Amino acid sequence: MALDSKIPQGHISEKWTNHKNNLKLVAPNNRPKIDVIVVGTGLAGASAAASLGEMGYNVKAFCFQDSPRRAHSIAAQGGINAAKNYQNDGDSTYRLFYDTIKGGDYRAREANVHRLAEVSANIIDQCVAQGVPFARDYGGLLDNRSFGGTQVQRTFYAAGQTGQQLLLGAYSALSRQIGLGNVKMYNRHEMLDLVQVDGKARGIIARNLITGELERHSAHAVIIATGGYGNVYFLSTNAMGSNVTAAWKIHKKGAHFANPCYVQIHPTCIPVHGTNQSKLTLMSESLRNSGRIWVPAKIEDAEAIRAGKLKPTQIAEEDRDYYLERRYPAFGNLVPRDVASRAAKERCDAGYGIEANDTNEGVYLDFASEIISKGKQAAYTQGDHNPSDAKIQELGKKWVEEKYGNLFTMYEKITDENPYETPMKIYPAVHYTMGGVWVDYNLMSSIPGCFVAGEANFSDHGANRLGASALMQGLADGYFVLPYTVSNYLADEIRTGKISTDSPEFVEAENAVRQSIDQFINNKGTKSVDYFHKKLGLIMWNKVGMARNEKGLTEAIEEIGKLREEFYNDVFVPGAANEFNQELEKALRVADFMELGQLMAKDALLRKESCGGHFREEYQDAEGETLRDDENFAYVAAWEYNGSDASKSVLHKEELKYEFIKIAARNYK
Amino acid sequence: MATKKNININLKIWRQKNAKEKGKMETYKLDNVSTDSSFLEMLDQLNEQLVNNQQEPVAFDHDCREGICGMCSLYINGRAHGPDTGTTTCQLHMRKFKDGETIFIEPWRSKAFPVVKDLVVDRSSFDRIQQAGGFVSVNTSGNTIDANATPINKQDADKAFEAAACIGCGACVATCKNGSAMLFVGAKVSQYALLPQGQVEATQRVLNMVRQMDEEGFGNCTNTGACEVECPKGISLENIARMNREYLKASMK
Amino acid sequence: MAKSAFLKSSIAKKYWMALTGLFLCLFLVGHLIGNLQLFKSGYEGALQFNKYALFMTTNPLIKIMSYVTYISILFHAIDGIYLAIQNKKARPVAYAMNNSSANTSFSSRNMAVLGTLVLFFIATHMINFWAKMKFGTGMPLLVKEIVDPNVGAKQYMLIATPESPQQNVPVQGPVFDNNILKKQPIADIYIDGNKIVNKKNNDVLFEGYKDLHKLTISFFKSKARLFNVIPNEGLVFTIFYVLSMAILGFHLWHGFQSAFQSLGINNKFTPAIKTFGKLFSVIVPILFAIIPVYIHFILK
Repeated sequence: MALDSKIPQGHISEKWTNHKNNLKLVAPNNRPKIDVIVVGTGLAGASAAASLGEMGYNVKAFCFQDSPRRAHSIAAQGGINAAKNYQNDGDSTYRLFYDTIKGGDYRAREANVHRLAEVSANIIDQCVAQGVPFARDYGGLLDNRSFGGTQVQRTFYAAGQTGQQLLLGAYSALSRQIGLGNVKMYNRHEMLDLVQVDGKARGIIARNLITGELERHSAHAVIIATGGYGNVYFLSTNAMGSNVTAAWKIHKKGAHFANPCYVQIHPTCIPVHGTNQSKLTLMSESLRNSGRIWVPAKIEDAEAIRAGKLKPTQIAEEDRDYYLERRYPAFGNLVPRDVASRAAKERCDAGYGIEANDTNEGVYLDFASEIISKGKQAAYTQGDHNPSDAKIQELGKKWVEEKYGNLFTMYEKITDENPYETPMKIYPAVHYTMGGVWVDYNLMSSIPGCFVAGEANFSDHGANRLGASALMQGLADGYFVLPYTVSNYLADEIRTGKISTDSPEFVEAENAVRQSIDQFINNKGTKSVDYFHKKLGLIMWNKVGMARNEKGLTEAIEEIGKLREEFYNDVFVPGAANEFNQELEKALRVADFMELGQLMAKDALLRKESCGGHFREEYQDAEGETLRDDENFAYVAAWEYNGSDASKSVLHKEELKYEFIKIAARNYK
Repeated sequence: MATKKNININLKIWRQKNAKEKGKMETYKLDNVSTDSSFLEMLDQLNEQLVNNQQEPVAFDHDCREGICGMCSLYINGRAHGPDTGTTTCQLHMRKFKDGETIFIEPWRSKAFPVVKDLVVDRSSFDRIQQAGGFVSVNTSGNTIDANATPINKQDADKAFEAAACIGCGACVATCKNGSAMLFVGAKVSQYALLPQGQVEATQRVLNMVRQMDEEGFGNCTNTGACEVECPKGISLENIARMNREYLKASMK
Repeated sequence: MAKSAFLKSSIAKKYWMALTGLFLCLFLVGHLIGNLQLFKSGYEGALQFNKYALFMTTNPLIKIMSYVTYISILFHAIDGIYLAIQNKKARPVAYAMNNSSANTSFSSRNMAVLGTLVLFFIATHMINFWAKMKFGTGMPLLVKEIVDPNVGAKQYMLIATPESPQQNVPVQGPVFDNNILKKQPIADIYIDGNKIVNKKNNDVLFEGYKDLHKLTISFFKSKARLFNVIPNEGLVFTIFYVLSMAILGFHLWHGFQSAFQSLGINNKFTPAIKTFGKLFSVIVPILFAIIPVYIHFILK
């Protein structure tokens, strides 16, 4: 099947408006007759369910957590971008569009990104109207901060809990619709398959996680908003439950999976401490506004620090290598995430890492200079023009606490070190996946009636996502895109009537799910699910991680294949199918990761260039920067499923045409 | 990171097959727990040990493991989210425990939070309270007024944020000797009461949310203040007082 | 719905607990001021105290206040018990291990028990004093002892209130009550409360002061056996009163500032309210408790 991205004609700034004007509508009296399923209740899912419910559709929303409010959007810290230009620093829709395309290393679809930039301002209006308590200045107006890859202040925030506040806003909108009876919420339900009738998405099979019961739910359209697949690495900043299952199930049913190799490794996470570690904790990118990243300039100092003989505060200023400021003077510590991550890896690989773990992987994020500068400023505004060092420290720390207090507390809880006194230790970790289910301009996958929103789709971030853009995309998709495009699709469904769940398609899908569950329960192997998940994660991190090469990727494909076989033969899932069974939940998810991991390696292997989060060691310039190959790889790699062995997957290419932005080498110097 | 050390511990954990069956405390021994591990990683380790011995692992709720989703719970050694203050269970680290210590782990206990299995409870009563009025009735049209059209006093905005920081974990209910949910409801009522956007529906909101709270079977607040101490997000009792005021105001109307 | 909820809802119950509680605090202050007059010794003290007692039982405004007090006590107790039962139900399964002292004060956790003990105390206290004062037929009337310096013999005088038709009347002994009338019948009169009434036409002949002062002193100084078993009941009463005041103190320790929180008052004055509440809960019960101790051990 050829890929039709359905990008509207016309000038970039008019595409969305024109498109909206031409989309079909469903009259209010017809909407209650139409069922829509929304899987996932993060920013994209909750906002979509709330909006569609509010329009009058009969919405069923599903989440595997105990409440829609727990979705992992809640963990986003730093902020949300919007082209409001409140700070009068030259921001505009075009600039946000441009920054996002450039940040994505010219691998995103222009039309989608421009639409994202257009609706960004609406999102802020909407959220404020909902009572989202964004940070404000003393004049009572909204405050902004700066984020990586931009030279303006367009990031709105609520301390270090922006994702939480936005999600709770969307959750409140969703709750309102649940209270009104427009949305029926299914907590602790996991979608385990998509049901298609005559090629169209017509429902899902969901497992009630409390009773283990398999349920059939029918609908005229299905929206998948189940987030990213970073947990394929086992260790990531994702929640423990984050998984690819819903997205993978629709992939198996015909939806193409695009650019799986685009994974964002976030530069500022707390380094790994031991083998029992279950997840990695992010320290918001916003910290790079105030913190300076460095490693010792002398290798012997790095060794001494690792051995515990030297403290970072004992290293003299001239013996520190602020490598981001050195390499990228224009953006300094605020280079995009992929650039910052690779630079950290480069230093650590060269032996300058400061963390005393197995891999010595860690660099410093130091707030000492900021504490002094803000302390001086604060003293000055208090009328003290000649403050003592102690006073400067006190005021500076107070300023830092107000700005980043919760992050500093979090850091201290985890590491038992006080970041006000000693620099934070950080290291990159898997954070976000730009790749995902391929969708057209309407956010519909290659399965008619199956829409994909938020991180689960591939659409807006190209090969690298800029900070504070994920929240923007989730809400844009859910509040301002899907309500229009889904309605357009549903306009042809007003005569369909209620869809029966007794059809052979539903029966078959349910049986297939039951079979795969029984297979695990009856397997009686010897090893836990986590054992395999950790093994998979290690392969992925080492060979499909921050730096990739042909040899490693080829090995990864083979190793994952073998591991998958071993997994099916030897995994032990205790308990029964018809009960609350967390090991079974994990097994079903890991099974999908096993297939996805292989596809990621294959996609990475085929993409013989370096771009954004995808760095092939073979393709770099003399300074170690990414070397893109626009001639051969300016396309979206959309994979068609062809059996569990991903090496047999079929590649479809969607050419990326840059009509409005001049494609260029990314330069942050 | 600072101190690499391993400890051996004894665990007394509530095991309950499902909502209908009776449960009891079971004892487990777990060796070589790194003090750098989080509490939940310690439970992962226990479960790995149980699975390797072909036993049923302990069911417990958890998700983000960075203290923000509110999914993790656990009454540890007689305290919600364990001995540390200002933390969720997932942020609690084993360095807070001693070698050879016996640790009690129980689910949240409340009529409104029935046990699902082992340490997992059903907190959907919180969702229902939210559905009764925890929102601003604004449609998602995007045609709302400009976000900066209504300046909001920074102090109010900050206080609204502090109230909105609630993660809905239920520690307040779990720790309250009366099983009261007033801190949770008070925080939500306060967030909206402090913002101009929330004023329009203030009367109905507080009446409806309190009615739902009472219907769910939560206990009454006797101002013991336990909730404020144990709240991982430090939500202040001020919010309950504000709700009391709002309710009084609403009742007079 | 607003109206019915104002009585039934969890928050409304808090208001009522708070309002009645604070009113009772006010009552405590009034009661304490009266009691402190017991420190004034001799006839003058007795007269003042009994005058005060008479005022408290007859003044119409005070009467209304006293009914509010009774209702408050009842409501506070009933509402409190009801809350305690509801709260118990909210946690059907108790924790195997609960370290509640880590996050709450002893007082706040035990308000129901403390309150019940205070209620028990109030009941006994009312039986021993209030009921006797109000309904008791044996209340003595205030008698003044006068020693005539010329004769050297003691004379006794029944003291009249300003409303009395007759002025002070000489009597036989230091105690004048119904028992005297029963033992040595005096023709044609009976005592009704503090009034001496003519049996024939029910004319009030004389109005005196009920001697609550004497009742109080003898209560705490009594050497009789309690229930005919425990010797020196005055000491037992003294200890019981001191303990009861300690319990009241704990109840107030949480209750005072808690009432403000319930009424929605939590602002910059809260620290001051808390401090005041703690001082109140210590000072008021101590002052109450000192009185029986003083009477039993010090007063001659």
